[in-house]
Amino acid sequence: MVCRGNWRSNGVNVAREIQIHFGDKLKSIEERSRKRIYVEVEREHIPAFAKLIIKVLGARFITASGVHTPNGFEILYHFSFDGLNKIVTAKTYLDAKKPEIETISNIIEAANWIEREMWELLGINFRNHPNLKRLLLDDDWPEGDYPLRHEKK
Amino acid sequence: MARTVIPIGPYHPLQEEPEFFKLIVEGEKVLDIEINLGYNHRGIEQLCEQKHYDQLAYVVERICGICSTSHPFAHVNCVEDLLGIQIPERALYIRTIIGELERLHSHLLWLGLAGHFIGYNTVWMWAWKHREIVLDIFEKISGNRQNYAMMKIGGVRRDIDDADIPWVKAKLNELVPALKLFKGAVEDDPVIHARTKGVGILPKDKAREYCVVGPTARASGINIDIRRDEPYAAYDKVDWKVVVFESCDVYAKAMVRIMEMFESFNIVMQCLDKLPKGEIDAKVAEIPPGEGIGRHEAPRGEVFHYVRSDGTNRPARYKVRAPSYVNIASNKIVAVGQTISDAALTLAAVDPCYCCTERMAAVNTKGKLVYTADDLIKMSQEKTRKLREKYRR
Repeated sequence: MVCRGNWRSNGVNVAREIQIHFGDKLKSIEERSRKRIYVEVEREHIPAFAKLIIKVLGARFITASGVHTPNGFEILYHFSFDGLNKIVTAKTYLDAKKPEIETISNIIEAANWIEREMWELLGINFRNHPNLKRLLLDDDWPEGDYPLRHEKK
Repeated sequence: MARTVIPIGPYHPLQEEPEFFKLIVEGEKVLDIEINLGYNHRGIEQLCEQKHYDQLAYVVERICGICSTSHPFAHVNCVEDLLGIQIPERALYIRTIIGELERLHSHLLWLGLAGHFIGYNTVWMWAWKHREIVLDIFEKISGNRQNYAMMKIGGVRRDIDDADIPWVKAKLNELVPALKLFKGAVEDDPVIHARTKGVGILPKDKAREYCVVGPTARASGINIDIRRDEPYAAYDKVDWKVVVFESCDVYAKAMVRIMEMFESFNIVMQCLDKLPKGEIDAKVAEIPPGEGIGRHEAPRGEVFHYVRSDGTNRPARYKVRAPSYVNIASNKIVAVGQTISDAALTLAAVDPCYCCTERMAAVNTKGKLVYTADDLIKMSQEKTRKLREKYRR
């Protein structure tokens, strides 16, 4: 468990709160600046983490960024604490061969579209998503061709 | 009663935020709505990975045609978050001026179109006439009425000439009587009240669930504004306040935008008065590896950019989330239960791009054309006409 930085704003220490509530399930937590906290969470704990940060700590879900790296896939879930001037980014690593994770759209409706987007553009499967169909790509776009993957063609 | 499907959209080459609403209606009542996106998906995120950082500001400037400085603003905030550098004071003030002038012209554009949809074509013409004042100021400062290309990592590209400031101020002062006129019209006109109050309600809890941002959130009583909550540029150096309305309807959305224009005017005036002397560019040489997040409160709400750098001159990943991405989804709540004559105004109240709304057409389940786009706007205008007659009596 890595913990660096200890910024406070308005008397509420967001990083500390996350540690208290989520404790040993966090792989690491790092305050890179006054405004930015990056945490690493195992993929099976993501729904629990989203539930905690939104329902208990009162964060607003901004969006999620799916990234294809040479080692596999990452999803970064961005949450905003508007009154406290902080963005918490939860990073999780997915399997390179079979990228798959549980949906959080049943916890926060705003995640519905972005999960569909990551599904079609990166080929990440979201288990139990209520409406996993194409959002941006045309119906004629070839099956299995994911535009945001960095694959040598 | 037979159900009719009304497709609104989907495609217009000028659309800045393309969308396709499929309204399921029974008689005049909207029962359900299906929202489809992607008709103008240009793959900008992927394109960004192929451009070097000097080109990126230009690429993201072209994401949106109306608020063309929102994305570059979030982009510079984002890369500067990664760099962790200090920006010259003068550049911060110039950025603020550009950002607020843009809010003025964008809100005036919305006001004009909202007027057109409810049959107040005079409001439409007047709002757009006064919007020209703002565009003239942009032309004076940047040389362009749109796509100003002012933002640059580390500062701004162009300085504001001190000799131009009195002219800019005089021009802006011309706008104040017009803003007061619009405020008075919306506050006092019983017909506008009848068309907007209690129409298109987005309750506070639903607004939180859909994580809406900008005027859409502030009209539902959610007090968020990135300019105050994550102070950047010169927003923490001037006096202004966040406008919040609690009534959650179209009226609140209109009033939030109108009152915000007064705040924008105040911010620009203060920035012009306080504009410090000095450099406008921190001269950034290279971008180190790392991650950055940048936000900007665009006229429609929070723009979010994420960048990952691997130390080369191109980003390894660039993520963009525009405010309409979350705001449009909330139409699922506001449109259902409304009548079709309110649909044009309700769907437009989150301020998506209008080109799509102009391309409305209603087809029944057998494919026969029932209403065209013009018909829907006419229906909305007809409703206002009847109300006006009623109030005249």
